[in-house]
Amino acid sequence: MSHLNAKSARGLTRMAATELRDVMASGEVSAREVTQAHLDRIAATDDRVQAFLKVLDTQALAHADDIDRRRAAGEPLGALAGVPLALKDILATKGIETTCSSKILETFRPPYDATVVQKLRAADVVVLGKTNMDEFAMGSSTENSAFQKTFNPWDLQRVPGGSSGGSSAAVAAFDAPLAIGTDTGGSIRQPAAFCGLVGVKPTYGLVSRYGLIAFASSLDQVGPLTRTVKDSALLLQAVAGYDPADSTSIPEAMPDVLTDLERGIEGLRIGVVREFMGDGMEPGVRARVDEALARLEKLGATLVDVTLPHAAYGVSAYYLIAPSEASSNLSRYDGVRYGLRVEGETAEEMMANTRAAGFGPEVKRRIMIGTYALSAGYYDAYYAQAQRVRTLIIRDFAQAYTHCDVIVSPTTPSTAFKVGEKSDDPLAMYLNDVYTIPSNLAGAPALSLPVGLDDLGLPVGLQVMAPILGEAVMFRVARALEADLGFDPTPRGAHALEGVQ
Amino acid sequence: MALSTDDVRHVAKLARLALSDDEVEALRSQLSDILAYAEKVGEVVAADVPPTSHAYALSNVMRADEPTPSLSAQDALSTAPQAEDGRFQVPQIVGGE
Amino acid sequence: MTTATETRYEAVIGLEVHVELNTRTKMFCSCAIDFGGEPNTRTCPVCLGMPGSLPVVNREAVAAAMKLGLALGCAIAPTSEFHRKNYFYPDMPKDYQISQYDVPICLGGALTVVVDGVEKRIGITRVHMEEDTGKSLHVGTSGRIHGAEYSLVDYNRAGIPLLEVVSEPDVRSAEEAKAYLTELRAIVLALGISDARLEEGSMRCDANVSIRPVGREAYGTRAEVKNMNSVRSLGRAIEYEIARQIDVRESGGVVVQETRHWNEAAGTTSTLRSKEEATDYRYFPDPDLVAVTPEPAWIDEIGRSLPELPAQARTRLVDVLGLSADRAATVVASHLVAQLDAAVTAGASAPEAANWLVNEIMGWATEQGMDPGAAPISGGHLAELVAMVSDGTLSTKLAREVLADVLDGKGSPRQIAADRGLEQISDTGALEAIIDQVIAEQADAAQRVRDGNDKAIGALVGAIMKLTQGKANPALVNELLRSRLLG
Repeated sequence: MSHLNAKSARGLTRMAATELRDVMASGEVSAREVTQAHLDRIAATDDRVQAFLKVLDTQALAHADDIDRRRAAGEPLGALAGVPLALKDILATKGIETTCSSKILETFRPPYDATVVQKLRAADVVVLGKTNMDEFAMGSSTENSAFQKTFNPWDLQRVPGGSSGGSSAAVAAFDAPLAIGTDTGGSIRQPAAFCGLVGVKPTYGLVSRYGLIAFASSLDQVGPLTRTVKDSALLLQAVAGYDPADSTSIPEAMPDVLTDLERGIEGLRIGVVREFMGDGMEPGVRARVDEALARLEKLGATLVDVTLPHAAYGVSAYYLIAPSEASSNLSRYDGVRYGLRVEGETAEEMMANTRAAGFGPEVKRRIMIGTYALSAGYYDAYYAQAQRVRTLIIRDFAQAYTHCDVIVSPTTPSTAFKVGEKSDDPLAMYLNDVYTIPSNLAGAPALSLPVGLDDLGLPVGLQVMAPILGEAVMFRVARALEADLGFDPTPRGAHALEGVQ
Repeated sequence: MALSTDDVRHVAKLARLALSDDEVEALRSQLSDILAYAEKVGEVVAADVPPTSHAYALSNVMRADEPTPSLSAQDALSTAPQAEDGRFQVPQIVGGE
Repeated sequence: MTTATETRYEAVIGLEVHVELNTRTKMFCSCAIDFGGEPNTRTCPVCLGMPGSLPVVNREAVAAAMKLGLALGCAIAPTSEFHRKNYFYPDMPKDYQISQYDVPICLGGALTVVVDGVEKRIGITRVHMEEDTGKSLHVGTSGRIHGAEYSLVDYNRAGIPLLEVVSEPDVRSAEEAKAYLTELRAIVLALGISDARLEEGSMRCDANVSIRPVGREAYGTRAEVKNMNSVRSLGRAIEYEIARQIDVRESGGVVVQETRHWNEAAGTTSTLRSKEEATDYRYFPDPDLVAVTPEPAWIDEIGRSLPELPAQARTRLVDVLGLSADRAATVVASHLVAQLDAAVTAGASAPEAANWLVNEIMGWATEQGMDPGAAPISGGHLAELVAMVSDGTLSTKLAREVLADVLDGKGSPRQIAADRGLEQISDTGALEAIIDQVIAEQADAAQRVRDGNDKAIGALVGAIMKLTQGKANPALVNELLRSRLLG
């Protein structure tokens, strides 16, 4: 991606955020040109990828023009001025529909912006549109969207992963260099793995949840999806930070992830989770992961065998805790103050009819599980017990980190599966999250980066986990591996999105 | 844990979800499977392990008692499915508190 | 008298009181609290329960909770949590209420009441924080074909901080309940954390009432009674409910655990439309909030700055200032302690000052629609008035007139009395002349007195008072008249 191609639209859409920022800063290219190039790209591809629910072309171009005007006038600009971004439709955007891919919020226009959205604007990031997702973030394939399916640019017959499938597909399709997703049980990392991207779930509390439509409050986190590690670091930096409007926001400053980014990993100890290296994954995933581990050693790190004895219970604990919190978080969708309303003779009937019509099957399943797990007589055996298992998983991590600096594992047991392949089997779908869930439960940061393709030509992701507020070492390991691998994020293959090369 | 149809109807009522008979049956079987899996947490001996609500334990997060501007009534009601006289309208409420 | 077929019952009553705080902002958001505004003008994404909104605790509400807890002798929990109480209702913006469940901020305590001269200790189980709901207006629509009613919801009140005070089931009668509520209200007012108006709903009281045969330890089934908007109402409702439950049992029935609504006009309680099953609130710790762990220094500071509480004031007024228990109770209940203290500091005798406060000033204030404690008379002026009556400068009757002028802002008692020439005539010489004149004019009455009809002296006194424009010292007049007529 050389600057020789900077002026061509195709060249612009191939660039990483860092490059785009620089060519705009140098005056070679205007923010309008950059935005237009990406809007054109969306127009050319989204009929097949279906990543976007809503493209905000007018607003995006207006923002780009404003950036150009201010730059010309010598006014100060945000850190990522003019760089385009795709925004998961789970963050409140004032006056613009925010739907969570649900019928129940199809026409909902929040009268306020999420804190993350305000921070993106302050960074002068140009939001191109709102992306598709699994309804209320519940899912691992984006097939649970009430409005449309999204297709994986690497193979349009396959899912992009979920729940941040729209954001992932948009970045993989080169519609934008940056996207924002959310991760509760793996919903950034798993689609990143499926789409050959870098995806980061930060330390819980690092990024404000104010304006993030809640799924599971103690697990939800906002994070970046990008094609390069450095872009993720920059985007995370732009959206992280203490927010007094969020009581779970960490008062500590965002760790400095840039200073040591290129330092290399000589002497670092890298934990390999024994329980995650067993039979659970596809051979293609296994092969690429093993190769990545070998590279890490070659780069000077020491591999250490670590154990997370309670990780096996992570999925069960998660599928009690998350639905329980969700069942309560989603009670507010009752047809009274906003969103869909289906009439009834009484208020109670109206609420029940509204919710029946407005929620899809997966959302209903999880509300039901959660309501049951919290109900009288079951609370202690289910919800409380799951929170005790959570404590044990946290202790497992603490113990493991006495032997290593970061922990790695496959991100997912398989590569992208076909549309419709798992949608009839909720449990099978849940088991996608087996490697990603533990770090959500522990509130610790985790990242996925692409480490190669399997035999079908589908991307494989490696997960790098770090202790709470350990983003710096996590990014550093990922960067070292990325530099060594030289993975090409261009979707290719028999069923891939065409016209990228 | 195998759920009965009554269990499903009871939970649906608690959750204000109107379900058809077909849905009740489908959910009964799906929820039973999911809960059977989730019940694995019960295999873990953890009686004296404290439950964790938040991995990063903050405390005393409070704000000063200083007012900030509220939404205008117009903005507050801008999303109302049904409104009348500056208020949110709902059908008759049966069963008071 | 109890026969073999009669059972004597005792009532077992627990009271739940909700206190709406007078903080400037709501419990979990910074919307200003003010009353009487247009509907839905004091709301924001948080108190409307909009998607993505999050709660942040109001520090002042936590302080108020600790003030009340300490005033009630509770222990402040070193760590307390917020829980979600899940249920669906249109006036609930999130369809769950943020409250406290098994780890409330204040635990254990007590309040002492006096009923029929007997002291009774009522235990306090807990005090916890929660948020108020919105308000629904129920509208009937006779114009509609189906005659369906509907409701209109205003969320201005949603999110206002509430403190819930739960008593032990130690109350045994309507009188005790009334005394408890009255005392709790007095404490809340003394702390300044709420205006505690029962009629307006800034203080609300629900009663859990059950009966059991005397001597039985096990509790009977209880009914919760709601909608009492005054202390009197609480008493009436409890009395009705006790009688109703006894009646049910005596006629072979069983008291049902339910919520009953007090109907003030009918004077009865009735079942609220019963739900098919008891509500399962599915309490769990609110994951959007973190633990409240008040620093010991903060708790100490609050403890040290507590004002004198009603019980302490009553004791002081009796032990130190020498008032009767009854008079002390009235002074305290009418918010007149500060006035009394000011007058005493300015030199007045406490019982005399208290008399004026209770007998005259309180009535004046009530007529003005003013709190007695706000009556515009300084300690100095009240002391002056008391002194002028004591030393005979003013008759009591004239002193009342002077007081009225003082309250109207016309100056000090001495000033007013001088300006209006109201000083009492206590000069024996001047009075004797007038007395002789009246005896001569009212010869018949004078003779009746000499003949032993004591009551006839009234006419003579009246005439003298009239002649002196009320300024004659009545006691002295009486004395002089008697000695003149009877020797």
